[in-house]
Amino acid sequence: MAWKRLLLVFGIGAPLIAVLAFGFTRDPREIASPLIGRQAPPFDVRLADGRALALADLRGRVVFLNFWASWCPPCRAEARALEASWRRHREQEVVFLGVNMQDREDAAREFLREFGITYANGLDGGNRIAIDYGVWGIPETFILDRTGRITYKHVGALGGETIHAKLEEALRGEVSRLEGKGEYRSIR
Amino acid sequence: MTATIGWLGVAIAFVLALAGTAAPAALSGRDAARSFRLGAIAIGGQLVLVTAAVLALVWALVTADFSLQYVAQNTSLRTSLYYRVTGLWAALEGSLLLWEWMVVALAGVVAWQYRARHPELMPWVLAVFSGVSAFFLGVLAFAASPFDRLWPIPPDGRGLNPLLEDADMFTHPPLLYAGFVGLTVPYAFAMAALVTARLDDGWIATIRKWTIAAWLFLTLGNLFGGWWSYHVLGWGGYWAWDPVENAAFLPWLPATALLHSIQIQERRGMLKVWNLSLIIVAFALTIFGTFLTRSGVLSSVHAFSSGPVGGLFLGFLGLVLLGSFALVALRADRLRAQPELDSLLSRESTFLLNNVVLGAVTFTVLLGTIFPLIAEAVTGVKLSVGAPYFSRVTVPLFLALLLLMGIGPLIAWRKASLDNLRRNFLWPAGLSLLAGIVLAASGVRETWPLLALVMSAFVLLTIVIDVVRAVRARRALAGEGPVAALATLLRRNQRRYGGFVVHLGVVLIVIGITGSMNFSREREATLAPGESVALGRFTLRFEEFRVTERPTHARVEAALRVFNDRHDLGLLSPALKFFPTQQSPIGRAVLRAGWKEDLYVILSGFSDVRAGQATVKVLLRPLVSWIWIGGGVLVAGAALALWPFRRRLREA
Repeated sequence: MAWKRLLLVFGIGAPLIAVLAFGFTRDPREIASPLIGRQAPPFDVRLADGRALALADLRGRVVFLNFWASWCPPCRAEARALEASWRRHREQEVVFLGVNMQDREDAAREFLREFGITYANGLDGGNRIAIDYGVWGIPETFILDRTGRITYKHVGALGGETIHAKLEEALRGEVSRLEGKGEYRSIR
Repeated sequence: MTATIGWLGVAIAFVLALAGTAAPAALSGRDAARSFRLGAIAIGGQLVLVTAAVLALVWALVTADFSLQYVAQNTSLRTSLYYRVTGLWAALEGSLLLWEWMVVALAGVVAWQYRARHPELMPWVLAVFSGVSAFFLGVLAFAASPFDRLWPIPPDGRGLNPLLEDADMFTHPPLLYAGFVGLTVPYAFAMAALVTARLDDGWIATIRKWTIAAWLFLTLGNLFGGWWSYHVLGWGGYWAWDPVENAAFLPWLPATALLHSIQIQERRGMLKVWNLSLIIVAFALTIFGTFLTRSGVLSSVHAFSSGPVGGLFLGFLGLVLLGSFALVALRADRLRAQPELDSLLSRESTFLLNNVVLGAVTFTVLLGTIFPLIAEAVTGVKLSVGAPYFSRVTVPLFLALLLLMGIGPLIAWRKASLDNLRRNFLWPAGLSLLAGIVLAASGVRETWPLLALVMSAFVLLTIVIDVVRAVRARRALAGEGPVAALATLLRRNQRRYGGFVVHLGVVLIVIGITGSMNFSREREATLAPGESVALGRFTLRFEEFRVTERPTHARVEAALRVFNDRHDLGLLSPALKFFPTQQSPIGRAVLRAGWKEDLYVILSGFSDVRAGQATVKVLLRPLVSWIWIGGGVLVAGAALALWPFRRRLREA
């Protein structure tokens, strides 16, 4: 009789402990973006050179959309890789678009000058675009395919190889199920 | 030097605790007196060493010794003495040390008080205490040491977490820990009784008052937590069903159930396995709570640091749960031979029903708390369970408890006669229904609040009628005046009337919760100087901003003059506090408490100090004060139940 009761105790207790232990394999604060595979939220933005740009105008090309700020160390870390990737892919049907957020305009311009950025950069003063995209830490990068669908999201700094691979996927219209993460985390 | 004393104290105490845990087993119970002496020496040694460690840490905090990492992270040169001392429990490592200190101090009291009683049980009771202490000391020595050094020594520390900078830092955390630690006493006795297979009822009477005390501290810890949240966090609420709040609340539920079911075991010898289970569950839930808050497995608004400690607590939780219940399973044969329930209409059955309902609340709160984990493990879906689930599921259960609270204390043991029922419940039921009709006529139409108020009235009436009858009987019998008769009653039957007073406190809390949860109103407005916003019977006129410099932060206060039917009620100044170490400001809400309702004002933002527009949120929260008053009544009731009248009589 005693062993039956023991079995009952372990039958209830062990799974409970197992579920709690399972928690260690998960980060409850990390929530996958619901935007992946969906149409990117549309926006208009004022560019650093004074022109206006609407996302809708970029339909038909792959868009590399990067949220950044001048004060953010990982943004500095990836800046040169981004510019190099832009030069490598600019002949293809690819557009790079930076979106500066939570920043002062003069500091943002200084950053663009410092790294010799040649692709278009928008100034998202009220962080409206960032909110639409659910940006919670910078840098964050979205890649959109020709139809305006988000195929990849990356949190943290990017390297040239990943950019190349993900742009190729987007050109083929493939959606990455998983989010990418830089080893340089911007938020503790 | 300080760090060395502290760390050595903890490390040597750890060795002593291991020895104390093993003592009765090593002596294989042959010589209980010797085993008790060894256990008591181990406890005494731990108490001395851990006290030294606590003093070392407090000394380091007070003298701002930044060579200790813990000190550098939780205090700074600007931190006042009050917050340097309370810095002892400002973060994980110090909190664990405080907890451990409470464990060994309590063990010392228990060892001293029962040195001549329970000779077979006591060696094992002390061994369990040493075992629990060994776990905490092990964590303190090897996984989360408050005595880790920092090099290079920084010129200044990071300072206390701004949210902890509140007078309640001295009440809420220590009270809650005291409640958690207090539940170790029943657990230690229960384990000792199981190991020695001495399951007679002597120990059940011993742990009753310890359980009441632990329950009181748990209740106060939770109430002070609510009060803190209410007046500091600035969202106008006191309870959000957040995982960390649930973790503090969960042990309270089986502890409450235990307080009631113990009485049945004392009186009728029933429910032995059930009571043991409640004791184990209550203790395990205190460990579970710490696991939950320190492991980071669930997302919570309370940002606690996490680390390797979570895994250790989970291991300890598994050991406690599986080990204890395995022991119950092995001993279950000796726990048989209990009398059966005589009737469904009896005190036993209402108490049993109370236990079933409390068990159901425990289960639903626990399920809701860990459901995100279960869901992700089973389906891979991330979700969170919020207040709507908890309110919807627990409110009916709490109302059932309220009803049982009215019936339980007055219904007869064994089998209630129709006469007993009519005598005790006819008037309260009739009058509370009448109260319900009056309330409904005056506009309270929603089902749940109406039910809550009607049942509160029912409980109140049962208590009042019973006390009035007893006083009248006493006056007829002894010819005493009404006040003297009441005093005699309270003294002679302190357990019963202590219980009544506690129930009265609970009713007041229920009324406060019902009022504030269902009938609150709020308004948000952006005001230029001279402009006003009105809510209910109050009008608030914004006068000006004031900027002040405090030692640790800068403060922007919005001075609002409050009018009530054109009477000037003075200024209310909600503020935003700017800490240099924090990116966003921290709100400081203000409130004007009243019997009927609290006026609660939050400064949500300002356009610019010079342009001078303030955005304020004004809330009217009815009856909140009664929650805190009920808490006070509850303390009085528990004190009445615990007060040693008898001993004084015996000594006199």
